[in-house]
Amino acid sequence: MRFRGGGTKLGWGRLAPEPDLAVSTGGLERLVEHNVGDLTAVAEAGVALARAQEAFAAEGQMLALDPPAIDGSTIGGVIATGDSGPLRHRFGSPRDLIIGIKVALPDGTIAKAGGKVIKNVAGYDLAKLFSGAFGTLGLITEVALRLHPRPAAMATALLRGADPGALAAAAAALSHAPLEQLALDVSWAGGQGAVLSRFGGATAREQAEAALREGRDADGLTREVVDDDEQLWREQCARQRSQGGMVVRVSGLQSRLADILRAAEGHGATMAGRAGSGLCWLALDERESHEALAAVEDLRRELKPLRCVVLDAPEDVRAALDPWGPHDDRALALMRRVKQQFDPQGVCNPGIFVGGM
Amino acid sequence: MPQPGPLGGRPDEEPGARPHPPIPETRTVERLLERLRVICGEGNVIVHEHQLRTYQSDGLLQYKVLPRAAVLPSDAEEVREVVRACYESEVPWVARGAGSGLSGGALPIEDGLLIVLTRLRRILEVDLENQRVVCEPGVNNVAISQAVGPTHFFPPDPSSQIVCTIGGNVAENSGGAHCFKYGFTTNYITGLEVVLPDGEVVTLGGKEVDHPGYDLLGAFVGSEGTLGVATKITLRVIPKPEVARTLVAFFDTTAQAGQAVTDIVGEGVVPGAIEMMDRLSIQASEQMAHAGFPLDAGAGLLVELDGSEAECETRFEDVRRICTHVGAREVRVARDEAERELMWKMRKAAFPAMGRISPHYYVQDSVIPRTRLPEVLARIDELQAEYGLQVANVFHAGDGNLHPLVCYDGHSEGEAERAEELAGKIVLACVDAGGSITGEHGVGVDKKRYMPNLFDEADLAAFQKLRCAFDPAQRANPGKVMPTPRLCGEVPGPYRRHPLEVAGLAERF
Repeated sequence: MRFRGGGTKLGWGRLAPEPDLAVSTGGLERLVEHNVGDLTAVAEAGVALARAQEAFAAEGQMLALDPPAIDGSTIGGVIATGDSGPLRHRFGSPRDLIIGIKVALPDGTIAKAGGKVIKNVAGYDLAKLFSGAFGTLGLITEVALRLHPRPAAMATALLRGADPGALAAAAAALSHAPLEQLALDVSWAGGQGAVLSRFGGATAREQAEAALREGRDADGLTREVVDDDEQLWREQCARQRSQGGMVVRVSGLQSRLADILRAAEGHGATMAGRAGSGLCWLALDERESHEALAAVEDLRRELKPLRCVVLDAPEDVRAALDPWGPHDDRALALMRRVKQQFDPQGVCNPGIFVGGM
Repeated sequence: MPQPGPLGGRPDEEPGARPHPPIPETRTVERLLERLRVICGEGNVIVHEHQLRTYQSDGLLQYKVLPRAAVLPSDAEEVREVVRACYESEVPWVARGAGSGLSGGALPIEDGLLIVLTRLRRILEVDLENQRVVCEPGVNNVAISQAVGPTHFFPPDPSSQIVCTIGGNVAENSGGAHCFKYGFTTNYITGLEVVLPDGEVVTLGGKEVDHPGYDLLGAFVGSEGTLGVATKITLRVIPKPEVARTLVAFFDTTAQAGQAVTDIVGEGVVPGAIEMMDRLSIQASEQMAHAGFPLDAGAGLLVELDGSEAECETRFEDVRRICTHVGAREVRVARDEAERELMWKMRKAAFPAMGRISPHYYVQDSVIPRTRLPEVLARIDELQAEYGLQVANVFHAGDGNLHPLVCYDGHSEGEAERAEELAGKIVLACVDAGGSITGEHGVGVDKKRYMPNLFDEADLAAFQKLRCAFDPAQRANPGKVMPTPRLCGEVPGPYRRHPLEVAGLAERF
């Protein structure tokens, strides 16, 4: 079976033969509950993320999950792929926002874990196990989510410059400052970079101005506060995807940010990165497949031991490499045992995941 | 300090059923103990009954079991060798940190081994540049914040944080007063080195996030010691907020205080902590902490905002306004750090102070959707009247985590049983309201009987799949979490009929 939500990330993972049966979550499109007073919601897997956000926004709330906005991407698909956006800095990734899950297992049973309350330690945390598992353990059919209040106003402190070292240092200073940032990103495109520090709340602008005062060295960066910052963040998010080109996600570290920025410059890539965790997306434009393959190899070598996972890539590139990269044998052996327990016959999204699972 | 009283003996519900694998022969155990003495040194293998008494219970004293032996390894390598030896001898084991857990999760198993991790107390690395700390499991929770202070801190702060260990926090996915805003242990663990029950060592995650593959890290945190032992823990620390502002508002009823919580959160304020105490717990705490709280108030609500100074000032006024609007009779604002600490002392005294008004108490850890608070509290009132017992309510109001303390006198015939029954009815009232049986203490042995109220057969079978992937022979903390014993399909080694199968009490899945 091949599971399919909005079909916006079908090109991620290993290239594998298409199975006989495609299962779509298109019919699972009910927003089952929005418990406004409890800041929780229950949604079926096929609900479009954008539609859910509209419903939450109508009550002054949000699901603090902002992966690149692509029409039709579903809540189930975002969770199954573990995709995330800039709000991750403050609120975490899908695994941190999901409080309950219902899954269809390949033996035909429906199992659930977690619940509908934001604090709960009863039973194993299968919601985390299924988040980012690419549908290889079973199909997520419904999730319970924690919501957050939508900030009254937002503002971004924006620092720009062309020196990767200065940008990384400014990002580090902001990351360690006693500021309450919704997001803290680094970007790179065409020889120019930026640090974006976003604030929300009644005093968003004041907080952004305070951020500009942090680490104000003679670092050659320009500084400003942007009040109307939606467009800025949409552009930043868009750098995590590519049509025709290739996107490499680097599990980085704060201490490697300057290296990653230089690697982006060296390979003519654009970059969007979460400065706090060092998680970065490098987007390379369309090129000959042997060049694309060489670029991935170079990046993995230059940034070693950081993991570089290829997300978007043309089919001929995906066919010629393992997008997940080298793996740890012992961890993989344990993952295979988990797969064996949940999907012993290997019928759920076969072949696309780590180690060919 | 009063002790939760005796509520009956062995936790096993099924008479005669042993929720763990067959007990090995005495000779096998003796050989294992010999091997453990070689691995850890003679003095670190405890077998005498009077010494083992130290370890017979965790923080939940009504459950007592003497293990066959307790072993105190000194580092990760010794833990690996101990677990390997247990695997080869087919001896079940339980890992234990400080033993401050409140669900019987670290309760030993009779004839099994207790692996005590308190000697693994080294902070291995403070990598402040990357906001990570790497430590051994026996390190105290509070030591992490001390190691990265005053600029940074580790947000999960269970009230036992002075004694409880990080390894225990990982096992239980511990929370604390600040988790409504900051999240739980699981949101702060980025890497683990785990000794699997067969003695293999596996590294899950690291300092970086989003490692390719299944989120086994997320599955392991909160698994209550049933999937292996964490020997090295990488965690995330964050910058300390610029300021904290604290107030306590007093109301005539808990319903009003509950309404204030709903309105505060409804206005988009996310307090660093928001804690409620009812009349009985205020009266008890006042005897110990002497903060001058009004003894006739029906509820006290402690609200703490932290973050940027500008934002805190603005939102603090909102909180005051809301409390007054809902009908607070008095709002006290902490003017300095000393006053703030006194307010927290009142809150933290609630458990220990309960002994001043009751010889014993039984604590629960249920969670409800916050908006259902008034009806659940009304139900608790009904139950108090019905059973003729007092229930003090202290809770993390932001996330709906109740800690009802059922007061009773264990010396009075049958009262302990009535208290336990009453506590059970409170748990079920919370489940009926859409909540959970445990928010932070864990299932352990104490709450496993309620698991079927939350999860049906298919859910439990899915949990078991995860268990079987990590521990097919089920030697790690057997008999905890799951309501009834279950087996794994493929046990390594030659097939033997399990005694439970012979007795018709379990079947293979």
